[in-house]
Amino acid sequence: MSIDWKRFDPGGFYDEMISSPGYPRAVARQVASYLRSLSTEEIKARQQAAESAIVEMGITFTVYSEGSNIDRAWPFDIIPRIIAAREWNKVSAGLEQRLRALNLFIDDLYGAQRIVEDGVFPAELLANSKNFRREVVGVKPPFGVWAHICGSDLIRDHKGDFFVLEDNLRVPSGVSYMLENRVLTKRVFGELFEDASILPVADYPAQLFDMLAAISPRPLDFPEVVVLTPGIYNSAYFEHAFLAQQMGAELVEGADLLVGDDDCVYMRTIEGLQRVDVIYRRVDDLFLDPEVFNSDSALGVPGLMRAWRKGNVGIANAPGSGVADDKVVYAFVPKIIKYYLDEDPLIPNVETFVCLHDDERAYVLDNLDKLVVKPANESGGYGMLIGPKATKKERAEFARLIKADPRNYIAQPLIKLSTVPTLVDEHVEPRHVDLRPFILQGQDVYVTPGGLTRVALRKGSTVVNSSQGGGSKDTWILDTEAS
Amino acid sequence: MLSRVAERLYWMGRYLERVESTARLVNAYTNQILDLPKGVDPGWRRLVDLNGASAVFEGHYQNYDERNTVKFLLADSFNPDSIASALAMARENVRTTRDVLPTEVWDQANEMYLYCKENAERGVLRKHRFMFLKQIVIRCQQITGLLTGTMSHDFPCDFIRLGRNLERGDMTTRIVDSAVSLLMPRLDAPTPYDNLMWVNVLKSLSAFQMYRQHVRHRVKGEAVVKYLLQDSGFPRSLGYALARAEALLGHLPRNEAPLQRVALIQRRVKEAALDTMALDEMHAFIDQIQAELNNMHEQISATWFSLEALPAVQTQVQAAAP
Repeated sequence: MSIDWKRFDPGGFYDEMISSPGYPRAVARQVASYLRSLSTEEIKARQQAAESAIVEMGITFTVYSEGSNIDRAWPFDIIPRIIAAREWNKVSAGLEQRLRALNLFIDDLYGAQRIVEDGVFPAELLANSKNFRREVVGVKPPFGVWAHICGSDLIRDHKGDFFVLEDNLRVPSGVSYMLENRVLTKRVFGELFEDASILPVADYPAQLFDMLAAISPRPLDFPEVVVLTPGIYNSAYFEHAFLAQQMGAELVEGADLLVGDDDCVYMRTIEGLQRVDVIYRRVDDLFLDPEVFNSDSALGVPGLMRAWRKGNVGIANAPGSGVADDKVVYAFVPKIIKYYLDEDPLIPNVETFVCLHDDERAYVLDNLDKLVVKPANESGGYGMLIGPKATKKERAEFARLIKADPRNYIAQPLIKLSTVPTLVDEHVEPRHVDLRPFILQGQDVYVTPGGLTRVALRKGSTVVNSSQGGGSKDTWILDTEAS
Repeated sequence: MLSRVAERLYWMGRYLERVESTARLVNAYTNQILDLPKGVDPGWRRLVDLNGASAVFEGHYQNYDERNTVKFLLADSFNPDSIASALAMARENVRTTRDVLPTEVWDQANEMYLYCKENAERGVLRKHRFMFLKQIVIRCQQITGLLTGTMSHDFPCDFIRLGRNLERGDMTTRIVDSAVSLLMPRLDAPTPYDNLMWVNVLKSLSAFQMYRQHVRHRVKGEAVVKYLLQDSGFPRSLGYALARAEALLGHLPRNEAPLQRVALIQRRVKEAALDTMALDEMHAFIDQIQAELNNMHEQISATWFSLEALPAVQTQVQAAAP
């Protein structure tokens, strides 16, 4: 028995491959009929091939549990997620618009603060921001860019429309899995690549390197770029090592670097101290420099901020860029785009209620059973309330939390996330997905074609985080008009 | 190459060698005591003394009997030089340098670590000890083989081998010295077992067979010491380890100071008139060599690992000026 699309029911959700039982969408027709042509054994064999490739290639993520770290094999579903290139081009333009505006916003906040003065962004939000770093006020990084690498989470609703759910501007992760997922799909479904125009993603490490090289303080042909990792115990260590290796950059820890009397950054190598030009840091702001931030941080480099302020080293993302990575700031992004670019947002936000505003808070408290409530500064899906699924007690607890610290909470209606067919035992079922594209900004802006699709493997679940039972899929931007 | 990575690889080489040489040593001792008549002190204590670990030992044990000593050397985590501890350190160094090592090396190191964790306590018992130690030696050899056969012979590999050879030189001098110090007080009244002890020294370093082939003498104290310190062909002799270290240092950048040090020790060792030395002179001589080996380690560390002392110069800095 093979896959029978007639028995595949998307229910009330927007399935991206099958519009209704038996009817694949135009963009996915070829893949759907190809999948149908495979026997159950063949599909199983391919899933197994993918799983053994994951072990062989050492694609892991690290979970911290019961006091020790475990490297787990990366969970991957072989059925790709397909998006039409025409549709994607609009999304891509929207992502570029968004990052340009956010960088203007960050640059303004650490400069003249025009947006606050003009009354578009409330001063009290800034005053309470956990990620606003007074220490970097007045710094002018190259091109006025602070967030060089952004991972925005997109979702599609019951009509298939795209929305931005959040922007990750601190140390967004996942891009290595996007790249590895493509390698896996090529191995498993190589024949599908013959006739289809699937936009390649493998260019990312080169794009990343070029962007980093562009912010080097010294105009060299081969600036010394390093990836700064918190070390082997970090959950994204695999990715840090992967990107360093792909870019041909050194993977360093804080103790490998020092700041000299000349306020330049050096790394300790067996050939002596070597000047470092650009640091792609995967360490949070507060651990970067014990002289300025968290003084007992062993992950950072004493004097690093001094070197950066003097323009002797490039840091991506710039310290302080997290100020725009805040779910309350998120609510203002449409206004931010309008304010700086005088444009309407090309991708809408999910409707968001800011609990700081009295009327919106009152609405949220009255409708907790219909809303999703999120703290402003958590990531990884932690600390959330999914109102319709929560118990009365949980809702009461959140009502208390919101009243105690309104600035820290936002609420959104529960979106009916789109689905993609996913292997479950011997057949396929719809499972909810989101999408994290990666956007780079240096002198220019680059958007990955597609991104990392995360899938909630549990039936009905919308939690896609790999630490909480999520998996991933390869994402195809398919150009059906090219041939 | 990053200093931190170089340092971890160097220690990985040292710890793995420590694991293997401890396994060989305990095995040789276990075999020897089977030959001793009742009432003769088998000298388990020497195994603890030769690592300079008697204070740690006495913090946990009342007497130097076989069970305590062997457990201390094989399994005790409070002994930093036990097979279990050294292996845990070796594994940690492999684990944190996985990106420069062949994958199989990590797999093997991890497997050996798990094997040891599972079996070290049992290996203390005489009936299981031989099997356990044999496994440890074989597994160490397997890693050495993997490194030789699957890793580019450039800087990272040089640091591993450097660590291994310094550790070997160190262990060989310790073992020789422990025999010398034991014989010193009873110079005037040698026992019939003294000669057997020199055989055991050779066996502890897996050197008995090669000694017989190359020295042709019957086993005799001075000849054994000469062989283990000065021979240039036997891989566990000090002379050989120093020659290897010199060759490895020759590949590395900024190697002037470490090369000078190794040349100095080599000269000392080669020129020592071991045949004419009295035991106490020999003991003093080995002490000095041990101190030199330690200086050698400090020099390597200062040159390539710590780099604190280096001024932040490097010519590229000036090139950046407008």
